[in-house]
Parts: sequence; structure tokens; C-alpha cells
Amino acid sequence: MSRKLLLEHINVPGINTLEVYRQKGGYRAVEKALKTLTPEEIVEEVKKSGLRGRGGAGFPTGMKWSFLAKPEGVARYLVCNADESEPGTFKDRYLMTYIPHALIEGMIVSSFALGAKVSYIYVRGEMMPQIRILEKAIAEAKAAGLLGKNILGTGYDLELYVQPGGGAYICGEETALLESLEGKRGNPRIKPPFPAIAGLYGCPTVVNNVESIAAVVPIINDGGDEYAKIGIGRSTGTKLISASGNLVKPGVYEIELGLPVEEFIYSDEYCGGIANGKKLKATVAGGSSVPVLPANLTLKLANGEPRLMSYESLSEGGFATGTMMGSGGFIAFDEDQCIVRNTWNFTRFYHHESCGQCSPCREGTGWMEKVLHKIEHGHGSMDDVDLLWDIQRKIEGNTICPLGDAAAWPVASAIRHFRDEFEWHIKEPVKSQQQNYGLANYATPIEKAPVTEEK
Amino acid sequence: MLKVEEQTPVVFSSELLAKFDDVKSRYPLGKEKSALLPLLHLVQAEFLWVPTSAMDQVAEYLNIQPIEVYEVATFYTMYFLKPQGKYALDVCRTGPCCLVGAEKILDHLENKLGVKEGEVTADGLFSFRGVECLAACGFGPVLQISPEYTFYENLTIESVDKLIEDLKNK
Repeated sequence: MSRKLLLEHINVPGINTLEVYRQKGGYRAVEKALKTLTPEEIVEEVKKSGLRGRGGAGFPTGMKWSFLAKPEGVARYLVCNADESEPGTFKDRYLMTYIPHALIEGMIVSSFALGAKVSYIYVRGEMMPQIRILEKAIAEAKAAGLLGKNILGTGYDLELYVQPGGGAYICGEETALLESLEGKRGNPRIKPPFPAIAGLYGCPTVVNNVESIAAVVPIINDGGDEYAKIGIGRSTGTKLISASGNLVKPGVYEIELGLPVEEFIYSDEYCGGIANGKKLKATVAGGSSVPVLPANLTLKLANGEPRLMSYESLSEGGFATGTMMGSGGFIAFDEDQCIVRNTWNFTRFYHHESCGQCSPCREGTGWMEKVLHKIEHGHGSMDDVDLLWDIQRKIEGNTICPLGDAAAWPVASAIRHFRDEFEWHIKEPVKSQQQNYGLANYATPIEKAPVTEEK
Repeated sequence: MLKVEEQTPVVFSSELLAKFDDVKSRYPLGKEKSALLPLLHLVQAEFLWVPTSAMDQVAEYLNIQPIEVYEVATFYTMYFLKPQGKYALDVCRTGPCCLVGAEKILDHLENKLGVKEGEVTADGLFSFRGVECLAACGFGPVLQISPEYTFYENLTIESVDKLIEDLKNK
């Protein structure tokens, strides 16, 4: 069994209550941080831990914290991004549902480190049950003197509030989230200025994902160096992976970074293989925005080495043969799934969720959806594949926020790796409506590259 | 788009206004507009949708222009701008849920309830729609029912039938 830092006590009855959470060592990090450490020392520990943002971008959390401006007499804010909406990702919902105090504890320690007196947890509005859970947990913590005025007699004051969203994927982008928290439409802001300089209400602000904030707790308890010993290379610590699709045991798993992808999919400790005895055709390894890979490139790098669940290994080979860690939303497709249909589905999602601010994204996602709909329903022409390629290229990099890229990458990667399947839909307009393209050669094992002798 | 129909203006109860006051106290002075999204949720929980007269009153309460409320209410997908069934079913229709049969659930609901997406059944009890990812991909297909947003996972045709019957008999 690999080490569990976040989900260690997930199966303990009553772990959602303050009482049981404390019995299991909860809120030790608050005691330690507020009573024995300075804010600077906490930031230093987080830097040493190598923790990288768990929301998708993978930016080092400690470094993000160190960018926070600290002008005299100006409020600073910590905002937790719990707007989990990336298709394939459901780890934050899981954590907030079952161990809400892990997030509250992380919020207290992180707010203290950043000098925030008021912090917000922005939860997507659809998660009303989780909002109620968090509000109950906050009330418990407040009653126990862990929130509010003079926490644990240390003189530190913190108010923590839960803010519901209204249903918009775009609010997971940090500046759109801040706009939404200010009571506006979720239109991303142009950066710079970055939130660290001018964020919520124009004040210096840090926005962190739920899992990143929860990970601060074990980092403070055990020290940043200990945390950094887990994992591989620059991918330190543990990561929550949301596994979905055609798997025997979909669900949320905490892995030590560096776990081989093959082990994650097939071992009984994790997903237990592909459901119904079928074969794996493709995966989306990090949430719907990251490139889709055929089964063979999922399990192995282009040179035949095993691919690992780490930021570096998943992106090995760039977009030509690799993908990204993203938010850890691992979606598995079995041999009966249609890549064209799924690409159309994802593109409809991005079209629906585009905020409409930038033309390439607002118009381009709609065009891609229409073209993909055409191909999927047997009305495509060969030019359409090139047209799709052209549109996605014109979206990528040409928008204020990364939603444009997120919409372009699934289309680009689907064409890159599954072009045959797109062309088959066009050449076989009738057959493609009745049956699927199938596994083809997408699972053909990649042979290890021959070792060339050095001269 | 926002279509203003003739409506009898709704009246906010003192209990609802007390909840408004509580939400408003979470933000710094002068930044009360932050309360807008939570207030619209409270309105919807009370009236099951967000009528224009309620938006106007929210604007007045927050001392902002009505357009500032309209633009928010139309941007976010959760706010219903026309009346829904007593039980409004949101069924996830995004990729991972479709891999495990979400489209069949949507088709089945249409047949079972005898209405199309967005329409309300004659008895006023049900409406349904496909929504984008509800962040429960590992437990799909999933649906949630407003205004409580109770969540139902690992749906099958049978479990949906049972759910509908249970709600009818409630």
C-alpha cells in the first residue's frame, strides 16, 4: 500500500465531525503553525515540499505564495478554488464530502501564512450538499475556537466563509472566480496584474485549489522535506486521482506520484482493470482539457519505457506523444467507445462553457462543435478534418484565459492520434451510424527502442 | 435571452430578508455586491425560479442597477428564468457520464415524463434538462434535483423509474 496523506482516515466513521477528526490528529497543524511558526517559516516549508498546484496548472504553491504583495494597511485574501468542474475530475467533491475539516484546517494554516483575516471557499453552486457540509464544519471549528477572534489564544483572527457559484465552468479560472466572487459574470481578467498584486476587491490575493490547501496540513505536520521525499523528481507528494469511464473500480484514489500508469489502471489496489473484460482503447489522463492518448501511448512512452503518473512523465514527448497531469481526472475508454463522439461531446461542453469574451473561443468552439456533429452523424466530408485542425490552431493561444487552449487540445490530439477513425466516419457514413470503429491498432504495444551502442 | 413576461411581483418574507442580511455581512463594507449569487440562490430556493420582480428587488436591496442582476442571472446556468417543475432534474450529459450511459437516461426521462427537455409535466411536478459535468464522473450516470440539490449516482433505467415514482408519491 502506498502512503496516504489526505485520505488516510477516509473510512473512519464520523471523520466528517470535528471530534473524530481531532482524535485522528486533526488540527495539529493549526496548533503547530500558529503557536510555533512564523508565516514566513510556513511559506518556506511549503516551498521545500515542492507542492505543485493540484487544480491543473501544476504551478509551485510555495512560489505562488511568495509572490503575494504585502503593502501596509491593505487587506490580503486567500480564496479556495472549489469550483471543481473539469470533466473527469471529482476529487475535491470527495474530499469536501468526507473530510471537510482537512480543507478547513488547511485554510486556517494557509490564511495565517499569507496574513489573511478573511478567507473564502468558492464552491461551485451545484455542490449545495457540500456547501452545507462545509458550513457545518466551519461552525464546529468556530465553536472550538479554531476560527474567529483570537484563535487558540494566539491573537490571530480569521473569518472563513463559503461562497456558492452559479453554475459556470469558467469560474474555475482564478480571475473569473474572483469576478464571480465580486458578484459579476465570470469573465476572466487580463493578466497582468496577477491576483497576487490585485485580486479580490483589487487587493493582493492567492487562489488555491482544495487539494493544494489540504496538502498544506501534512506538510506542516511532517515538514516540507519529509513531503518532498514522497514522489519522483519534481513531482513530490501524493495526488488525488479521479478515475472514471470504463473501469472496474472507478473512484478517487490517492497515489504517490510516480506510480506506473499501467499499475494504476490494472492493479486491484486501484482501478482493477477495464470493466466487462474489455480492452483499453484510449485515456484522457488529466481532465477533459488534456490531450487524449491511445492505449499504447498511455502505458508507454514513445521509447518504450513505462509511463508514470507524474507531471513530467505524463507530459513526456510533448503533445506529439504525451499529455498532461492536469487536475488528475483520469478517464478510460474501452474498445467500444467512439473517439469522434467523445470529441464532439467535449467540444459541446467547451462551447457551452465559453464565457463569450474572446471571439476565437466564442466562435471557434461553436464551429468545432458543428463540424464534429456533422462528422459524428455521417454527414462529414474529408475537408472537415482539416477544417477542424485549422480552427483549433486559431483558438489556441489567442484567448485571454486558457479555456480556448482547453477546447483546442482535445480536438487536436483526437485528430493527431485517431485521424483514421475520423476518416472512417466520413468514408462510411452508414456503417459508422451502426457500429463503432473499434480498437484498431490503438493498443498495439510499443516496443522498447533498441539500445544503440556508444562508440 | 431575458424575456420579461407579465408577472405578479413576488414578496420577500422577513425570514428571507434576514437570510439576505446574514449573507451580506460576509463581505467588506462597500463590497456587498458579492452577495448577489448567494442571494439569487436564496430567491430560487424560495420561489423555485428567479422572477424578474425578484431580481429587481435584489438589485434594490444591494443598491445596484437591475441590469447588474439580470446579466448575472442569465450568465450562470443554475438560475431558472422561467418556472420549472416542483422537482427539476439536472442530468449530467458530459463525456465520462456518457461513457456509462447518461444519454440513455436522458432519452428515458423524455419518454417516461412525456415532456421534452426544459418543459414541465402537466401536473407541475417534473422538469428535466441535460447539464454539463457535475463533478461525480466516477459514479455516473448522475442527476441532481433542485431546490435541495439532492444527488443520485450510478443511475440505471430502473433506479430512475423508482426515483420518479417515489417523488410522485411524496
